[in-house]
Amino acid sequence: MFKDIFRRTKYVTIQSAPAPKRTTAVGTRQEPKTVKKELPDGLWVKCPKCGEVLFIKDLEENARVCTTCFYHFRISGRARLALLADENSFEEWDSEILTLDPLEFPGYEEKLLEAQEKAGMIEGVLTGRAMIEGVPVVLAFNEANFMMGSMGSVVGEKIARAVERAIDLRLPVVIFSTSGGARMQEGILSLYQMAKTSAALGRLAANHLLYISVLTDPTFGGVTASYASLGDILIAEPNALIGFTGPRVIKQTMRQELPAGAQTAEFNQMHGLIDLIVERAQMRSTLARLLRYHQEGVQHGATV
Amino acid sequence: MAQLFEFEKPIIELERKIAELQKFSAEKDIDLSREVETLEKKVSLLKKEIYGNLEPWQKVQIARHPERPNFYDYAPLLFDDFIELKGDRLYADDQAIAGGMALFRGVPVTVVAQVKGKDTKENIKRNFGMPHPEGYRKALRLMDQAEKFGRPILTFIDTPGAACDLAAEERGQGEAIARCLLAMSGYHVPVISTVIGEGGSGGALALGVGNVILMLENSFYSVIAPESCASILWKDTSKAKEAAAALKFTAQDLLKLGVADEVIREPQGGAHYNSRQTADELSAVIAKYLVRLRTESPEALQEKRYQKLRAIGPFQEKSI
Repeated sequence: MFKDIFRRTKYVTIQSAPAPKRTTAVGTRQEPKTVKKELPDGLWVKCPKCGEVLFIKDLEENARVCTTCFYHFRISGRARLALLADENSFEEWDSEILTLDPLEFPGYEEKLLEAQEKAGMIEGVLTGRAMIEGVPVVLAFNEANFMMGSMGSVVGEKIARAVERAIDLRLPVVIFSTSGGARMQEGILSLYQMAKTSAALGRLAANHLLYISVLTDPTFGGVTASYASLGDILIAEPNALIGFTGPRVIKQTMRQELPAGAQTAEFNQMHGLIDLIVERAQMRSTLARLLRYHQEGVQHGATV
Repeated sequence: MAQLFEFEKPIIELERKIAELQKFSAEKDIDLSREVETLEKKVSLLKKEIYGNLEPWQKVQIARHPERPNFYDYAPLLFDDFIELKGDRLYADDQAIAGGMALFRGVPVTVVAQVKGKDTKENIKRNFGMPHPEGYRKALRLMDQAEKFGRPILTFIDTPGAACDLAAEERGQGEAIARCLLAMSGYHVPVISTVIGEGGSGGALALGVGNVILMLENSFYSVIAPESCASILWKDTSKAKEAAAALKFTAQDLLKLGVADEVIREPQGGAHYNSRQTADELSAVIAKYLVRLRTESPEALQEKRYQKLRAIGPFQEKSI
């Protein structure tokens, strides 16, 4: 009866900074001046897991984690960055690489524009360097709002460059993944971004540098089958859905019912596929602890 | 007789007419050789016309033909010796992937291939050529062995995709594939990957990180199955034909996109019309590249493979 009271259909638009300077390389486009706010208009939102009605301000203050059941709402890369990095420590890299439409795929240009509008960025990954509790690190964040975090040529290129730069700077890498997989609209070229990113991480490993992969809701397909699974340490957020094949496809093609909790972070951990499940509130301190173990030339207290 | 496709029917029709004419001519002792000759010329033109202008969807059908030669058909034709090695040492032996040591024109190589079955019984055994994590881990074990002993690696791709069931999820399908990608990109031995049938997404790519990527003329290699693509784009799996064209996944497309290095000729109508001839073509082209790659230093092999991957996927950079 009350179900519909809280369902909002109107969305407020807010000024976002920084606004993307250009959209696609395909043509000259109008600059999207605004992006959609992440939560429906109004003061309240309903938790999809426990049904609790939450005060939006409380939710935002709690890093978008339900104050009742600890359900982790999806969060943008920039919001994640703000939670993790030391203030003013982030230097963004390669923000001006533009996507082409190499296959002239039906509807791709429109899809890209929509995604740019929705996510407020020109492609689906944010990369750069920052400090976490004073430890320098190279960071990458997939953007769920950008075509479900799918990996096309630009996402692959930006991740590969970030990893290569980490090798030059001798810095550890932390990648937050959230993705439906390789981007269909760039066909085989997207598929080979899996190989490209994995190859770069192979070089990072050969240089004895740390890579921490953080899998967030949802991580599937070509991203699970490439960089997201290649961390020295694999971390997941509680309840995040992680897998290779999406649950719907398993059900449809294999006519197989999935047990409750299949493909959650907890399921993956039980099957030996994930090291740690870390709540969003503890992510920064956990990463800092792990990073310090691998910090080069830093003394940790007394010599043995 | 091989299963025929709709687009082949005009050829068969004409060939039947010729046979009838010849029979009639023999029975009635009437000379119809000129008519037969005309029709034969026509058939030859028709074949060129039809087989020379196959649409992407028709190539998909040929690549998936139940009688298309699989790795086990080619192995005795390509290698002087083949010792199959089994198991991933962790869980099981996955029969959707075969691998081992072989002598290729006298050169010891390591071979890894995806294998589809030819009938239902064999397909159940081989999970329709869809490997589970243990298959990829077997492939990885064998390829690591090749790196250890300095043997070139030849991979043969033929899979609709990686297994997509709960068991695959539980055993880490994503991680198993990712490990193959990382390992292959770092090897110091020549790696030649050849798509011989269907190259289905990440499950195919796991064997596809070669210095050289070759494709049989009627094979395809795609990020997604055309049926699934149609279902996403148009909510209609029957539009797979349109999706097949949009995805630009034929051997000829991949050559243009800079992913494939060479397209290997198939007999007219497809590999299933003559597996020996196909094997001869495969052997000649693979040998050509293997000879070249064997002159490269281990470091150069690794570096050039890395640069090949780095160059795939165009973008535009705003100059600052």
